[in-house]
This record gives sequence, C-alpha cells and structure tokens, in this order.
Amino acid sequence: MSQLVYLVPLFPLIGFLINGIGWRRIPKSLGGVIGSLAVFASFCVSLGIFFEVKSDSFHGPVLVQLFEFIHSGKLFIPFSFQVDSLSSLFLLIITGVGFLIHVYSTAYMHEDEGMVKYFAFLNLFVFSMLLLVLGGNYLVMFIGWEGVGLCSYLLIGFWFKNRDYTNAAKKAFIMNRIGDLGFLVGMLLILFNYGTLSYQEFFGKLQGTQAAGISSDTYNWIAICLFIGATGKSAQIPLYTWLPDAMAGPTPVSALIHAATMVTAGIYMIARSHVLYTMAPMTLHIVAIIGLATALFAATIAIKQYDIKKVLAYSTVSQLGFMFLALGVGAYTTAVFHVMTHAFFKALLFLGSGSVIHAMGGEQDIRKMGGLGKKLRTTQITFLIGCLAISGIPGLSGFFSKDEILAAAYAHDPVLYYLAVVAAMMTAFYMFRLYFLTFTGGFRGTEDQAHHLHESPTAMTIPLIVLAILSVIGGYVGLPGVISEHHALGSFLSSSVTNISEHHLEASTEWMLMSVSVTVSVIMIIFAYSVNKKPDFKPATGFAKVLENKWYVDELYDAVIVRPIQNLSAFMERFAERKGIDGLVNGVGRSVRWGSDRIRMLQTGQVGFYIFVMVLGMIALFAVGFFWVKL
Amino acid sequence: MPVQYYIFLSMALFCIGIMGTLIRRNAIIIFMCIELMLNAVNLLMVAFSKMYADSSAQVFVFFNMVVAAAEVSVGLAIIVMMYRKVHSVDINILNRLKH
Amino acid sequence: MGIYEILFWLLTIMAISSALGVILSRNPISSVLFLIVTFFSISGHYILLNAQFLAVVNVIVYAGAIMVLFLFVIMLMNLNADVEPQKGRLLQLAGVIAGGILFLVVLAALKSATVLPLEKASSDIGLIKNLGRTLFTQFVLPFEVSSVLFLSAMIGAIVIGKKEDTNTIPLKGK
Repeated sequence: MSQLVYLVPLFPLIGFLINGIGWRRIPKSLGGVIGSLAVFASFCVSLGIFFEVKSDSFHGPVLVQLFEFIHSGKLFIPFSFQVDSLSSLFLLIITGVGFLIHVYSTAYMHEDEGMVKYFAFLNLFVFSMLLLVLGGNYLVMFIGWEGVGLCSYLLIGFWFKNRDYTNAAKKAFIMNRIGDLGFLVGMLLILFNYGTLSYQEFFGKLQGTQAAGISSDTYNWIAICLFIGATGKSAQIPLYTWLPDAMAGPTPVSALIHAATMVTAGIYMIARSHVLYTMAPMTLHIVAIIGLATALFAATIAIKQYDIKKVLAYSTVSQLGFMFLALGVGAYTTAVFHVMTHAFFKALLFLGSGSVIHAMGGEQDIRKMGGLGKKLRTTQITFLIGCLAISGIPGLSGFFSKDEILAAAYAHDPVLYYLAVVAAMMTAFYMFRLYFLTFTGGFRGTEDQAHHLHESPTAMTIPLIVLAILSVIGGYVGLPGVISEHHALGSFLSSSVTNISEHHLEASTEWMLMSVSVTVSVIMIIFAYSVNKKPDFKPATGFAKVLENKWYVDELYDAVIVRPIQNLSAFMERFAERKGIDGLVNGVGRSVRWGSDRIRMLQTGQVGFYIFVMVLGMIALFAVGFFWVKL
Repeated sequence: MPVQYYIFLSMALFCIGIMGTLIRRNAIIIFMCIELMLNAVNLLMVAFSKMYADSSAQVFVFFNMVVAAAEVSVGLAIIVMMYRKVHSVDINILNRLKH
Repeated sequence: MGIYEILFWLLTIMAISSALGVILSRNPISSVLFLIVTFFSISGHYILLNAQFLAVVNVIVYAGAIMVLFLFVIMLMNLNADVEPQKGRLLQLAGVIAGGILFLVVLAALKSATVLPLEKASSDIGLIKNLGRTLFTQFVLPFEVSSVLFLSAMIGAIVIGKKEDTNTIPLKGK
C-alpha cells in the first residue's frame, strides 16, 4: 500500500485540473462533488497507509522515488516520498479535516459565482500540502511549501474585486516569501556542507559525524535559517501580521489553511528535522522563547478584538506559539499531538463561526450579535465544545495536549511554565468572552438580521458535529504518564520522532501542574462570564486601546520597513532609473546620432575630397604595411 | 642603371600624378593625371620585367594599357554627358554623389 | 658616363618636367601637350629597357589615341585658361603635402629592398616574337576576355553618350 502513496497527492491534483480548466462550464454542485471526492479518495488511501505503518510488519521509513528530479554532476536530488509514522499521521489529518471542510464548503459557497474555481484552488492547496508532508527531501518539501503559500494567496484574495482583500493576500504572500528566503538559505547551507537534501542521508550524516569537522555553529545557522522559514509560514513573531488580515478569505479557507494545515507546516518541518535541532540547543532556546512570546502577545491582542474571525485568528497564532514552545523544550511528539488536537477544535471553531456569519447574513462584528444560541442550537453546542477544548477543560482533547506542553515546559524551566500558564489563562478568557458575547444574552443586531437567523444546512452542520466528536475523543491517544503507561500517539510516532526527556517529573508534580492549569482556566471562564453579562462597548482608552489596535505592530512595520523601502524605490526611480539607466540607454542612442551627424560631414559629394581621403588612406596603408607589419 | 633609379623615377611620376589629382579642379585634367599614374606603374613593371628576365610583367603592362583605354572612353563619355547637363566640368559643381 | 646613362638622365629630366607641366599649367590644352611629351619620354625608357614592342604600343595607343580623345573633348567644351577654375591655396598645399608624404614613405620602404642588378645587354624578352609567344600561350584567356572588355566599353560609351531624343513618334497610331 505504501508503494501507492503517489495516489494520495494525485487525486487532488486531478481534481484541481478538472475544476480549474472547466470552471466556467462545470455546474456548481458537480464541482463541489469532484473536489470533495478527490480528497475523500486521498483520505481512503491515507487510511490504508496509516494502518500499514501501524502494523507490526512495517519496518522503518519507506522511500518511494517517483523520478529523478535534479541530476547535475555530483548533485542528485530525486523526487521521492517518505512514508513513515510522522508523515502518515499528517496525511490523515490533512485529508480527513480537509474532506470535512470540502463538504462544508459545498453549502457555504453555494451562492458564489466562482464556486468551482474555489474548489480547484482548495484541491491545489491540498495537493501542495500533501507534497510538503510526503517529501523525502527538503526540496520536495520546499515545493509544497511554496505551493501552499501560493494557494493561500489565491484563496485569501478569492473575492478579488475587493481591494482590501487582495492587499491582504499580497501581504500574506510577501511575508511568507520573506520567511522562505530563510528556508532557502538553510537548504543551501545543508547542501553546501553535506551535499544532500534527503532526510535519511542528511540525518545519517549528522548522527555519524557528530564530532567531525563541522562546527556546531553550522548546525545553529542551518536550524535558525529553517526556523525563519517556519516563522513566516506558521505566523510567529515577527512574521505573523499576515494571519489576522488573511481572514479576508472565505471562512472554510480560514479553517483549512490558517487553522488546521498550512500554518502547521512549520511545526512539521521542525519535527521532521528534530535530529538537527537536538544538535543545535541554542536554536531550540530561540524557538521556545519566540513561541512563548508569540503565545502571550497574540493572546493579549485577542482579548480586545470584536471581529469573530480575528479573535480566532489571534487564537491560532497563540496556539502555534504553544506548539513552538513545545518544540523548543524538546517535546517534539507533544507538539505534533497539539497540532492534531488543534486541527480538530480550531477547524470546528472556524466552521462554527462560518455558520454564525452565514446566519447573520455576512455580519462578523460580535458587538452586533448575542443570544444566537436560541436559533442556532447545533452551532452553539459544537462551538461550546470547541471553546472547552481550547481552554483545556479535562476530558476533552485540548486538555491532554496542552497539559503535556505545560508539563514539558515546567520540566525544562519553570519560568517558561508560569508564562505559558498566563497565556493559557488569557486563552480561556477570550474564547469564552467570544462565546458569551455571541451565543448568550440579548440580540444586539438589526431587525432584518433577526429575521434572517436560521440554522445552517446539513452539509454545514454534519462536519461541525464530526469535528466536535473528534475534539472530544481525539485526546485519548495521548494519555499522560500519570494516568496510563501507554501513550498511544507517542509510541506510534516513536519510529520517526521522539521527545527529548531530560527531566522526568514526579507523579505528584504532574498532578499539581494539571490541577493548577485547570483551576485557573475555570476561574477565567467564570470571570469572562461575569464581565460580559452586561456588555458595554465604549470606545477603548489607554492600554485597552493599544490592545485593540494590535499593539500598533502593523503601523510599526509600515513606518520602519514599508515606508523606507517605498522611499528608496522612489529615489531609485528618480535617479538610478531615469537619470542613470534611461540616461545611459538614451545617451547611447543620442551619441550614435551625434556621431553619425559628424560622420555625415564626410559625404560632401566633392570628388576632390574623396580622392584626397583616398590618398591619405594609401599613405597610411603603405606606412603600416612597410614599417609595422613584418613582411 | 641600378633598378632603384627606376623605382625612384616611377614613384616620382606617380606622386606627381597624385598631386595633380588633388590640386586641380578640372575633371578632365584629373583624369589625365590618373593616366599619368598608370603610366608610372607601367614603367615600373617593365623595369622589374628586365630585372627578373620574365616577360609576364610586360604582358601585365599590355593589359594595363587595354584597361586604361577602355576606362578613358567610358569616363570621357560620362564627363561629356555631365557637361551637357551642368555646362561645367568643375568638380565642385559635379557633386551629385552627395545625394 | 656612357651613352646609356646620358640617355637615361635626359629622358628622366624630360619626363619629370613635363609631368610637372601637366599639373601646373593653366591652359588644359597645354596640359594635354605636356602629357604627350611625358608619354614619349616614357616610351624612350621602355626602349632603354629592351621592351621595344611596348614602347611602340605606348606611343600608338596612349599618345596616339587616348590623348587625341582628350583633345577632342576639351575642344568640344571650349575650355581655355580664362574659365579654368582654381582650388583654394590651402587645399592645393594640402594636396602637395599629401603627395610628398606618399613619396617619402614609399621611398623609405623600398630603400632597403633586395634587388637584382639590371644587365645592359640582356635578353630579348621584349621582342615581339617572344612576347607574342607568352601572350598567346600563357595568357590567352585574359587576352580573349579583354576583347569582351572592349566590347562592353564601346557599348557603354555609346549608350552613355547618346543624346535624348525628344522627337520620338509615339508607337500607337493616332
């Protein structure tokens, strides 16, 4: 079955081609069916691969080479897929959650003219993401990396007639590209120092030549460069500002790309390269600090946002920060665990918000919502489950994964733990603020909107229910050590990636940590309830105003980076382009003209003059011929 | 007579012919100076023919005269025709090459 | 000095002075006459160099035919010293200097050339018999082609020199 792994990206590619070429002629529902079926077929093949990998007869990573991609001199990079536990897990997440979102989109995008085009882009995205996780070397991963960036651009700017949306798409793509430069430099460093980009060869060389020649500086540089790529793709400080603006795209896009899959590419990359990162402890330290800082920073902003999708966007940035924190303390499997649970509940939350927006006829401001629970029962219940999961309430998936992260952080350095708990507190607070303001209390919208309120169609509610169930049971694959000896996910992944367990916590410490985090979360939920019972939306002042304006980071980037570059290019246009290059090119033309004007004087038409010049030429030829050239 | 004397004589006649083409403005006189140059070369060829005791140089002189004769006939025909148009043989006026 | 050298120097002086006369005289007819004298002196040099045939041909073709042609044209245009145009002094000076430089350059180049001595009582390659033999065996093709050359020159001269006929009757009937 693993030999058929090429089928997994092939189905979405075919779906993209069919929908992409015929989007004007294919009827809308058929386009939706094609797109969803393509991903479903991939899901089935991924299931088969998963069970094969899980079985005892599977030995080690399987490399399936499709063709020789680059073969030039000593450089040999094949286009190959690597099937092992890590990639098969990600395959399931991508195709599974992707399939649910495709089904959801068939209803959500039903009135849109370009619905078939939308499904083509979605399929292309799934294809690129699958390439990313299946790649057997950094180059194939990079192809997928760029591909998802492209599809993100296409999908964010899907309603292209709106200037703000296309600007948001540009912003996403450009910030991604800045990160990609780091990734590319990292790849080149690997190639230069080790001569290969394939995972197995590279990690083999790393482990073999641990003390040979290459300094630890090199590992750190490579790791940092790759991590810069991850900050761009996974929206960490400083390259995170594109994610909230990316909410301009349709909600299912936000669910798929910016919650469940694309933004987790950075995590996957670092988990895949854990051999490298373990040998570069300084970089791990940086990763942890940036992850933690991002988690805190984004949480503070989310507290004061009024757009339902923006809250969720900042929540995503914050949760990604948690995942990077986990990677930074060496808990690679934990980070992957949180990727999985986060995919479930974040996709659920986004799809739920999509349902709300659909019911409100396009309204996204939560100040105009309230009391929606009465009419949108299913949405309310599933949304509540999602909020409980993200806040880390015991029994749901988020609790297990988040607690594992907190425990690993504590084992590494208690300071990290305390700050992470603060971030978790804020997470609980803003999520439940969102929930209470949206679904409880009195309705604050207009009469028209009140009449329009209705529960979403089945194609939208079924994925919500499925994801809600997954958010509940998804955590039981990773029970902590104090409850059960067997960590299913950890042992499954151990063939490709393991946690670094340096300090082992005592059972009592673990129980204490768990109870602390649960308690503070519950306190914050009650606090959120009390604050938002009588919501009062006066314009923000002071510190609240800073939070509402996202700490003015966008304005800072604009002033420090964008303006100077624009001024520089205006300057270059005025001087280098107009005076310099244009002057040079036009000057060549002008000098040719001037020269020909002068030479034209030679053509006097006077025969006597011509004879004179002939005689002079003769003299010159004689002189040169007799005295210079050796006869 | 050493052959250098013939070389000097021939070159002197040749250069006088060149000075003539440069100094005069009358097209016909210029033509005549060209004939003078051709003759100077003929003289030199004959001298070399005696030096090497080879008669092919004299054959060359023969053909040179042939060409000179043909050239004169055509050239003078052209000058006559121009004269009919412009009524002058001043080369400053015969400057149709300019266009 | 033997008779040979006296004759050589005499003919040389005659040639150069008449050449100077060609380029310096104002009257075009005088120029033509000076040129004829130059041709005669060159023919004299040919005889000294044992090229008898060429000497005679030179006189017949050049002095006899070509110069007569020149005279005809000059007479036709009625040129004389009054209407003779003169170039500016500067241009004349430039021309003289250019010619002089050419003379010096060639002289300097050929000064150190290796040459064979000329024999006085030498071969009879200049005799008509021997010249004719070479002409008709080794160079027979150029010889024949030169006849075509003459033909084309004749046709060209006639075509160029034809007056435009302004009284042609149109070919179509009335």
